[in-house]
Amino acid sequence: MAKEVMKKAEMERIIATLSKEVLKEMGRKNLAIVGIRKRGAILAKRVAERIEGITKNEIPLGTLDITLYRDDLSAIGPQPVVHRTEIPFDLTGKNVLLVDDVLYTGRTIRAALDELIDFGRPEVIKLLVLIDRDNRELPIQPDFIGKRLMARKNEMVEVKLKESDAKEEVVIIKKK
Amino acid sequence: MMRWKRKDLLTLEELSKEEIEFILETAKSFKEVSTRDVKKVPTLRGKTIVNLFFEPSTRTRTSFELAAKRLSADVLDFSIGGSSVSKGESPVDTARNIEAMKVDCFIVRHSVAGVPKLIAKEVKTAVINAGDDSHEHPTQGLLDLFTIREKKGKIKGLKIAIIGDIRHSRVARSNIWGLTKLGASVILCGPPTLIPLGMEKMGAEVTFSLKEAIKKSDILYFLRVQRERQKETFFPSIQEYVHLYGMDLESLKEGKKDLLIMHPGPINRGIEIKSEVAESTSSLILEQVTNGIAVRMAVLYLLVGKRSKND
Repeated sequence: MAKEVMKKAEMERIIATLSKEVLKEMGRKNLAIVGIRKRGAILAKRVAERIEGITKNEIPLGTLDITLYRDDLSAIGPQPVVHRTEIPFDLTGKNVLLVDDVLYTGRTIRAALDELIDFGRPEVIKLLVLIDRDNRELPIQPDFIGKRLMARKNEMVEVKLKESDAKEEVVIIKKK
Repeated sequence: MMRWKRKDLLTLEELSKEEIEFILETAKSFKEVSTRDVKKVPTLRGKTIVNLFFEPSTRTRTSFELAAKRLSADVLDFSIGGSSVSKGESPVDTARNIEAMKVDCFIVRHSVAGVPKLIAKEVKTAVINAGDDSHEHPTQGLLDLFTIREKKGKIKGLKIAIIGDIRHSRVARSNIWGLTKLGASVILCGPPTLIPLGMEKMGAEVTFSLKEAIKKSDILYFLRVQRERQKETFFPSIQEYVHLYGMDLESLKEGKKDLLIMHPGPINRGIEIKSEVAESTSSLILEQVTNGIAVRMAVLYLLVGKRSKND
């Protein structure tokens, strides 16, 4: 059974607040935003649009597919489908905001950092996540957090966005 | 979503349409990796890929080697010169011996059709056929399909003429299988002596007139005149071949406006196609080479990436 932990209105409010915080802390100069496929990329676009709405300047926006950098390729059986990474700008010297939907073990972010650094040498990388859940397996912490959640190991936190799931909510569901 | 289940890639004949499309989709994502400054991803770190070439090859071997290296795999080159082949060891024994050193993939080329399959049956390691006589060369077929799809946006409904030495061509066979499975129609064109009887059974139309092939087609795929393979003579002289089946700019104008030219390389300039055609804007020859890396990365990823210890 799914337990709803965030509704559409709250999600919208959180994204607006986080966007302002990012702008305040990272500044508009050299700011670039990179989202992790697939829901991180959707959130990244929303944050970029919010900030562009304030500054009226276009922000370089990229998308990472971390499949080729995973550390569990042989553990998860048949390989996941590889999608394209798109970083259409030079990362060197940029203040990069990395965006994902849920931060859990930290392994996805580890892979994303490795991949980002292969593209160039950013000045700073900061991490924004909509949901920060407990049970980290690596020493990785977010800089901007939408909401903190506690969930059991046999539960999954799922962020649903209209672009990918036709609705807007965050739910906790029990794994089968 | 489809999942890849095969241990080996031996022919396009045995693949389903869905499997072929899955490889092409995967290759799309890999193409981007070669455009980066750091042209390398850590996906196959710690895996060993063996080029097991019983027949000389430069470009296919180089393409596989680059593909493997861009995935961070280690590559071992086993070439025919000075090896135990000359000491009488069979290809299967050679493969078993190398397998005993714990490797993850064999890329096999052999001058006898079916040897890659024979090896695949006898080893647990993944095997990729990199060309077995005039039988098949599946990654060449896949990279050609990838190139056509990228340029034309589709394969279904297109007419592709394969021109030249069909008899000796593994490239032709892999392409016929791949193209017909994806819904294209294939015209085979060349001197009667170089088109074996019964090719129609593979779903292709046959013509001996280059003119006719040019008029009907969306893509002309020229095969190399394999002079080294022709122990007997299949046509009277090179001059006559050029006269009847050589492609020049004039002939290009007789075809459709967006007619495209392909060739698996290496080209014999002035024999199957003139330089002016190979270098025209209609030519996809170098794009085929570029796409070869992406397609081979995708195949290596699918065959080697998943293999866990308890497989």
